[in-house]
Order: sequence, then C-alpha cells, then structure tokens
Amino acid sequence: MNRLTGPRWWLRDAWLMAGRNSRRIVRAPGLLLMYALIQPVVFILLFAYVFGGAIKVPGGDYVQALIPAVFVQMILFSSIGAVAVGLAEDMSRGVMDRFRSLPMTRSSVLLGRIASEVLRSAITLAVMLGCGLLVGFRFHGSPGLIAAGFGLLLAFGFAFSWVAAWIGLMARSGEAAQGLGLVWVLPFTFVSSAFVPTATMPGPVRAFADHSPVTAMIDTLRAWFSGRDAGDAALVTAVWTLALTAVFMTLAVLRLRRTSS
Amino acid sequence: MIRVENLRKAYRGVVALDGLDLDVAEGSIAALLGPNGAGKSTLIRILATLLRPDSGRAEVGGRSVTAQPYQVRALIGLTGQFTAVDDLLTGHENLVLVGRLYRLSGKEAHRLADELLGAFELGGVAGRRAGTYSGGMRRRLDLAAGLMTRPRALFLDEPTTGLDPRSRRTLWSAIRRLPEQGTTILLTTQYLEEADRLASAVTVIDRGRAIATGTPEQLKARAGGARAEVVLADPRQAPTATEVMSRYGARPTLEGETVTVPVAESALPDLLRDLDTAGVPITGLALRRPTLDDAFLALTGGDS
Repeated sequence: MNRLTGPRWWLRDAWLMAGRNSRRIVRAPGLLLMYALIQPVVFILLFAYVFGGAIKVPGGDYVQALIPAVFVQMILFSSIGAVAVGLAEDMSRGVMDRFRSLPMTRSSVLLGRIASEVLRSAITLAVMLGCGLLVGFRFHGSPGLIAAGFGLLLAFGFAFSWVAAWIGLMARSGEAAQGLGLVWVLPFTFVSSAFVPTATMPGPVRAFADHSPVTAMIDTLRAWFSGRDAGDAALVTAVWTLALTAVFMTLAVLRLRRTSS
Repeated sequence: MIRVENLRKAYRGVVALDGLDLDVAEGSIAALLGPNGAGKSTLIRILATLLRPDSGRAEVGGRSVTAQPYQVRALIGLTGQFTAVDDLLTGHENLVLVGRLYRLSGKEAHRLADELLGAFELGGVAGRRAGTYSGGMRRRLDLAAGLMTRPRALFLDEPTTGLDPRSRRTLWSAIRRLPEQGTTILLTTQYLEEADRLASAVTVIDRGRAIATGTPEQLKARAGGARAEVVLADPRQAPTATEVMSRYGARPTLEGETVTVPVAESALPDLLRDLDTAGVPITGLALRRPTLDDAFLALTGGDS
C-alpha cells in the first residue's frame, strides 16, 4: 500500500488531534476555568494589591511591570500543566497505544495537542489582558509592536509546550506529570525579572535570572508594550524560542517513537 | 496470518518472552491463555508495533512488525488491556476520530461508525459522552474502535476483564461474529471459559513460552478423559463399589461417599447395571468431563 505520509497527512493528522483536544478543553470547563481564567486573575490581583505596595521598581509603576510578567508566567503554567498532564494521561490510559497502532504520523499526536494548547493560551491571554486593564495597566507602544509582543509570547509558550510534552511522555501518570512539570517551572519563572529586579538577588541567582529566557521574554514585553526598543532581549527571546522548540520537539518525538510502557 | 518464531523480550533483565512460537490461521480466533505475567500483553504489544522484540520473528499478514511496522499498522486493529476511549468525546466522535486517523474520508468514517455502533448495540447512546457509559458499553465501544480500521488482524488484550457476566456474554457474541468478515483474531485471556467459548485454537503460555497448543478439546483431552462420579447410599459399600468400578477404569478413588473412576462415556449404562447387580444402591451419578481449567492446571503444574 501507499505510505500516506508527507506534510499534507502530517498536518491533517495534527488537525484531527487538535480538534479532539479542543473538544476536550471546551468540555472540561473546570480545567479551562482553573488554568485559563481563575489562576491568572488571582495572580494579577495578588501581585497588584498585596505585594505591589512593597515592591519598588525602576520607573515606579509596578502594575506596568507586573502585567507582562504575569502574562509570561501564566502562559508557561498553563501550557506545561495542560500538555504534560494530558499526554501522561493518554499514555497511562492506553489512548496513546491506540494512536500508535494506527498508520498515522506519530508526531502529529504531539503537534495537535500543542496547537490546541496555543488556542487555550490565547484565551488565557485575553482574560489576563482584560483583568490587567482593570487594575490600571495601559499600552503605550505602537499597535504593531504590541501585536508582535503577543505573537512572540504565544511562540514562547509553544516552545515550552514541547518541553512539557517531553516531560509528559516521561511521566508514569498524570499526577507525576503535574509534579514534574511544576517543580522546575515555579522557580524558573520566579528566578527572573518577573516580580523583583534581578539586581536585588545574590550573585549566582542573579546570574541565572539575568540569563533566563523568562527574563528576556518579560523584558521584551515590557519594552514593546510601553513603546521602547527591547534591544537584545527580543533577539535573545527569539533564539531561545527556536532552540527550545528544535531540541525538545526532537526529544519528545524520539521518546514517543521508542516508548515502551 | 500471524506468525511468531522464537520471540524474545526482556525488560531490564526480567524475561517476558522466552522463545515464543505461535501461528494463527487466517480467519480464525486464537486465544493466548496464561496467568498474569506470562507474557501475553508483551506479545500483543510487539505484534501491534508498540514494542520492539529483542530477537526472533513476528509477522502479521506476511509483513514483519520490526522491518515494516507502517504496513503492519495498516492491517491491524488493537483493543488493549485498558479501555482506550476518550471519556469527553461521544461514542460516535471516538469512532470517527480513529477512522479518520486511519485515513478514511469523513463520510466513510461516519458511515462505518454508525454501522459499528449499531452492531454493538450502542446506537441509542452514540451521541452521549463515553464517560457516561457503563463498563460493558465502554468495552464494546473500545472493540468497535479497534474495528474502525477494518482490520485483517485484530488483537484483543483481555477483552472482558472486569466485566459482569452479562456484559461478558454480549461481548463474546460480538467477537464470535467477527471472523465472518474475514478478520483474524488473537485474544489473550486468563479465563479458560473465554478461550473455550471463543477460540478454535488455544495456546497456553507460561513464563514467556508456549507450553501447549491445540483446540480446546485437545487440551482438555490432555487433562485426561471423562470420569464417572458415583455417590453411594451407604459408604460401607465402598469396597464393593470400588471393585465393580475398577473393571471400567484404572484406580477408582474414594472421597467421602463418592467414588470416582475414569471411564469411556459409552460405558456408563453398563457401569450402572453392574452396580445394581452387585447390590450397591446409589444416590447420585455424574459424568464429569475435563474442563480447560483441569488442562491448565495440569499443564502449568497447578501453579496458577
């Protein structure tokens, strides 16, 4: 028989998987509400009204600095939680075995899931944006730069989704994936320029924070959303995004091919 | 249709398959019978291209599962040990997804899904989420999903484990009809009754090796032939009864009031008359045919 592979079938399979997953997102409203709506809103309110008074930032306006940071953190939380847990559950329930026994392109299983998570991230972003505007956040940049900021942020989330996919395929259960996914992303997002200036951190921590892709992403958004030039940060973010995608896409696909349990 | 030769697989030094051989004829139902950990699921996973064997050959429809996995996937259907249906999708959506991933057109996938839902008595709940189904319904949906690929070889890994007796029977009758459409079936089971009801060939596996192969009848014969069990009205007559019965078979055994002896089934009326002539009144008589259980225990050394 003909091998029905090639880019067209790869995309078609990914489209089918994304359709399946989007239905799951809509039909499990509890998860959508929790990850996409409640958690980001709680974070914004918490930082804006509880910590905001105590933390001084250069330039003075904490909300302006806070909102881009919460955007980045929430995009990472939601993509890592959903992708890692979802894939681990498919693995442990035998659903993945069924997909893998079909003559489909196996990497589409991952691509489809991640594509639908980008959709979920876009919903999360919209909610956070609304909430941010309510607590006083304002754009000052050009519409082009603002759009570019959101585009880069979604691409950044896409890249980390591949990290999450790899973790999800390694984990033995949904619970394990949840733990493995969050245990590094929590310090990873906090050890950055997200909530306090990196200059206040002790030497090694500061070095890590200054070179973290999270810092580069946040600095880029802060610049672009207030109409400033982001300097190297935007380029650094783009390079991280491409590199993480390439490396972890490869790792995840290899893992899916050889996985045996 | 399915051919396995000297197949070996170990997980981190623990041997799962230890030189297994198996041959399943096209259009038949074959059962792999064995206790937990015998290697049944490992074999299914290798045949379904989910797992690579360490050595040996495994072919489905003349295609090697290791060298031509893509071609094998085009021939097979899998219903694994865990029910692989998506709880948040409806029964119909579950089947259509599998069909479309198998490269059926949308129209074709919908048609086949409707047909299978009807055949498995799920037509009435096709639009409900699979999460609301009973265990038996989920299992039937899972089986239907395995058939969305119109497989020439279907693998069923413990298809009725955990089901109540009624659901089990419904599933059995569904499985029994499949070879009519030319599907070859390899199923694993721990239930001897299941192998007996469904399969025309049974392979007993233990510790990764095939220890016996044959029809259910042949395997039962290996556990010995039929036995007559005579329940005495008066246990004191046991010596007389034993003497009479020893003319019909070797070494009658006495247990309580029951004397048991291997007999030819046709000799039963004569045995009854001789006991009567010898003045041994009885309160019960049974002809016990060996079950696959007896065969299984005999083959695995009673260690199941």
